Formats: sequence, C-alpha cells, structure tokens
Amino acid sequence: MTESALQRDLPTTDPTWAERNHAALRTLRLYVRTLFRNASAVLGLGLVLFFLAIAAVGPWIIPYPEDAAGAVHMDRKLQPPSAEHWFGTDEVGNDVFSRVVLGTRLTLQIALIVTGVAILIGVPLGMIAGYVGGAVQEVIMRVTDIFLGVPGLILAIAIVGALGPGIANAMLALSLVWWPGYVRLVQAKTLSLKNEIYVDAARSMGAGPMRIVFVHLLPNCTSPIVVKASMDMGMAILGAASLGFLGLGAQPPEPEWGAMISIARNYLPDWWWYSFFPGLAIFITVMGFNLLGDGLRDILDPQHRE
Amino acid sequence: MMLEVRDLKVHFDVSRRGRGRTVVQAVNEVSLHLERGEALGLVGESGSGKSTVGKAILQLVRPNAGSIRVGGEEMTQPDRERETRLRRTAQMVFQDPHSSLNPRMTILRSVAEPMILHTRLRGQAMRARVAELLGIVGLPQHFQFRYPHELSGGQKQRVCIARAIALDPDLLILDEPTSALDVSVQAQILEFLRSLQQDRGLSYLFISHNLAVVRHLCNRVAVMYLGRIVEEGPTEEVFRSPQHPYTRALLGAVPLPQARQPLAGDPLTGDIPSPVDLPPGCSFTSRCPQAIGGLCDVRAPDDFVRGPGHRARCHLHDPARA
Repeated sequence: MTESALQRDLPTTDPTWAERNHAALRTLRLYVRTLFRNASAVLGLGLVLFFLAIAAVGPWIIPYPEDAAGAVHMDRKLQPPSAEHWFGTDEVGNDVFSRVVLGTRLTLQIALIVTGVAILIGVPLGMIAGYVGGAVQEVIMRVTDIFLGVPGLILAIAIVGALGPGIANAMLALSLVWWPGYVRLVQAKTLSLKNEIYVDAARSMGAGPMRIVFVHLLPNCTSPIVVKASMDMGMAILGAASLGFLGLGAQPPEPEWGAMISIARNYLPDWWWYSFFPGLAIFITVMGFNLLGDGLRDILDPQHRE
Repeated sequence: MMLEVRDLKVHFDVSRRGRGRTVVQAVNEVSLHLERGEALGLVGESGSGKSTVGKAILQLVRPNAGSIRVGGEEMTQPDRERETRLRRTAQMVFQDPHSSLNPRMTILRSVAEPMILHTRLRGQAMRARVAELLGIVGLPQHFQFRYPHELSGGQKQRVCIARAIALDPDLLILDEPTSALDVSVQAQILEFLRSLQQDRGLSYLFISHNLAVVRHLCNRVAVMYLGRIVEEGPTEEVFRSPQHPYTRALLGAVPLPQARQPLAGDPLTGDIPSPVDLPPGCSFTSRCPQAIGGLCDVRAPDDFVRGPGHRARCHLHDPARA
C-alpha cells in the first residue's frame, strides 16, 4: 500500500458529532448500564439527588420560613409530629421539618467545601510527591503521615478550639484534617502511573513535566479521587455534625443538624422527634453518599470490568 | 551517519534500605553506529541492557558517560533547542502496545500529541494529518475516535507506529515492537515495518531478543551481554559464522524446523549474572563453555576484528594469545 493511494481514499466529509464522540458515548452508556445493574448504587444516587434537590429548593418549600432564623412561638413548643408540623416542634415552638430541610443546604455546603478544599490541597501535593520523588516526596509524605497519625476529629476539635467556634472555622478545621488522605491516594497512584510506558512515550515525544502531570497522570487518577470524594462527602457531613453537636460548629439557632441534636438530646426520650429527625437526615445522607461511592468504585475501577 | 553511540555507560543507583547503595551497571562502554536507511538489530537476553541503550538515545535515562550523536549532532546532554530537534529526528516504539497509549485519550489525541508538542498543526488540519497517518499504518479512519481498550494489540501497535512517524523522523528505535503480540500479528507488523522502512528511507535501531526477527529485518546485528556488545557484524556474516561463544549459544538456542537436527552450539546453562556485582574479567565466563581458566575470569577481553565490519569481544580471538 502506498501513501498516496491511501490519501485518495480519505473521506472528504467532516465527521459528525456522534461519530466524533462515539467512544465517549459508548463509555457513558457502559457506565449507566453498570450503575443501573447495581441496586445499592442506584439507591445511593437517588438519595444524593434527593438531598441535592431539597437543598436547591429548600427555602421555597418549607412551611414556616421564619422558624429557621430563630423565631419563638412558645404557644406551640414541643408538639409531636402532626399534619401541621410533620416532624413536630422544638422547645421554642419552631417547626422541626422546616429546620431539617433548611439544614440540608447548610450541611451539603459544608461537605462540598470541606471535600473540595481537601482535594485542592491534597491532589497537587500527592502529584508533586509522586512525580518528583526524592527529598520533596519525603517531606510531603512525612508531614502527611503526621496528620494521618492524629485522629481527624480530635485535631479538628483542637483547631476549632483555638480559632473559636463557628461554621467557617469548623469548615476550615475539617478541611485542614481532610487533605492528607488525598495526598496518600494520589501519591500512590502517581508512583505506579509514572512508570507506565505511555508516560515514557510522552517524554520521548518531548512532553514537559506539566503536560505529563496534567494530561497524562491526572486524568488517570480521577477515578479513585471521585470515589474517595463521594465517600468523604458523607464523612464530612458526619464530621460537621459532630462539631455542631459538640457546640464547636454551627451555633444555634442556625438550622444545622448536629447543633440541633446537641440541644435536642436534653429532651430525650419524651420529645424524641426533636432529635430523631435531624439524626435520620444525617444517617440517610451519609448512607447515600457511601452507597454512591461504592457504586462509583464498581463503575470506574477498570479491574472490576473487562 | 544517522546514529553514533560511543562508549555509552548507564549506571543506576539502587539504594537498598539498610544495605547501603549499590550500582547496577546496565550499559557499559557500548559503541554502535547506524547509517542512514540501515537497520541495526540489537540482540540480547532480558537484562542485557539493550532497552536501556534505546532509552538513553532518547534521553529517557541519563547516561553516565559516553557520547550520543544523532544526525551528526551531539545529543548527550542537549539544550532545549537541540532536544527538540532530537525529538523530531528520532522516535521510539515501545514493547507493550497495551500500555504505550494513554487509556484516557482517544486514538486521535494520542497520534496528534507529537504535532501538538512540535508543530502548529491544529483542528481540521491536524485531524486530516492523523487520518493520513492512520491510513499509512493501515487502520480505518473511524478508529481515531476510539479509545485504546477498544483496539487489539496489533492495532494498538499500528497506532504507536503512526504516532512515532507523525513528525517524519529519520530514525526509529523499535524496542521489541512485536514481542507482546500474537505470532500471526507479529508477522504482519514486521512486514509493515519493512515496507515502511523501504518507502520512507528510515533508519531502524531494532531491539529484540528474537534472532529470527532480526535476521529478517536488519542489515547488521549487535549482540549484547550484560551491558556490553560482545559481537557485531553484518547479519548474514554473524548468522553464518558466529565468533563469540555467546552468539553461538544464542543461535544454537533457536529451534530449527528440521527434525533431529542437533543444536548448532552448546546450550546455555545457568542465568545471566546480576549486573550489580559484575565479576572481574569477561562477564560471560560463568556460562561460557570455552572459558579459559586464569584468563577469562581475570582480564576483560578487547574487541577483535573478525572480518569486514565484524568484531567480537572474546579472548579466543586474541591474535597475541596464539
């Protein structure tokens, strides 16, 4: 076969969008199929989408908007769940349902920011450690080890204790204890990826370190990062709620689930609904993110496929 | 002269926890040269350092000593500008096509990568060039939108070849390009590489452990053992009358199609010694059937000319000894 003969046979028309994205579409279809074959992953996805929707429309669907800001209705305090107050009312007569719904937005925000900051700090550090190696790697990994050696929540409590309680400080503290996990994950992945032949091939073509890291290594690290991020969303919700419960995170009357439970536990067991519903919300969101993470691992981990 | 390597040395520092540092002498005083349009086969067992030579030429590993000239230009420690020229002149095809392509990139992006790095070709023009390259390596156009995992091994290796010739290089370093493929596919790829070389006047440095393949494709052959070239010469010459006991053993190890034909040389016994603690003298002594006690295990042999362009590194051919 000569070159010129083949050139004449080349199609002259531009490929269509469907042709150009044929592979991506196929991959997407495969992902969707794998996901829908996994019942718990679908449940997780459903729960996460449900809470995202609640967070999006929360302020417009709650029956008692003023209750979120700390209104006082002593005339209807501590009422059990009823048609009017689905989740009952609290000790100052606020509608628990309204507060739980509004808390969704706050909680997801905290989780998203904490996980996001952890990824922004952890992933570049892990990449640098894994790719550069040597003394740089030693320093980054030993610092990471120190952070990993201290229980995260304890460290977060210490940080908030030093900075003073509040949502912003709680998020800062959680972010500061969350990134080492990503360094570990990404460094290990980078170490194995940088010996792949396609990285050598890219170097032999003249690709610089930045291009190798961002074009060749990072896209191949995304699957474990996405899986871990999904799991961590759940863990961060739990962490934020724990800080709130200890009085170090969101402060009452802010409608944060952990903070709500911390007051509500004084009213157990007679006024159970006050702590039960925020607790249930925490339980279901965390479970949703964990199930979704498990499902994503099944989809994105190539070893499970093929 | 397309490629000239002189006294190349590549040593790897291996730090072993608690046992201090050791040096692996992967490549030792290797010299070879390659004319324009020629194919040189670099043969050896795994661990002989043949792949390291290829990687050192493309600056993927840093040589400790020696000089590398590509296209007449010194490329041992190139500055940016010279390195760019090196990348346009010499390209490499790797052993395992299954891991030579980034799994997250479409074939289009993989083949286009050298153009993105070295040319201003973008968009429509770049796609047209990729399509042309796929045509040259005999792959259908719509493959450019696929991912590597949707291709077979042979198809992937064709993609790698397309990528390697994207910038019209003069020299291709082929690092066991067929050893990871099925036998039937091997033949196709080899045939294709042969016609590619004839069509484009390419020079090949063909790294392989497969003597039959080298004989088929190369004008000259260099045999490596433990980081040194022990014999080098025109292919037919070396296959007809191998001068080094190691080459003889290698040739003897090739199964012949005739029944009941005795093996030509003495079969090799034992393993290749560790390149960490090289013994004094000739490194082949421990496995050599013709080793001379008191000489081979004491002093390293020199290169001795055994014919036009044919040399062997063995005491047996020392004229001063007789």
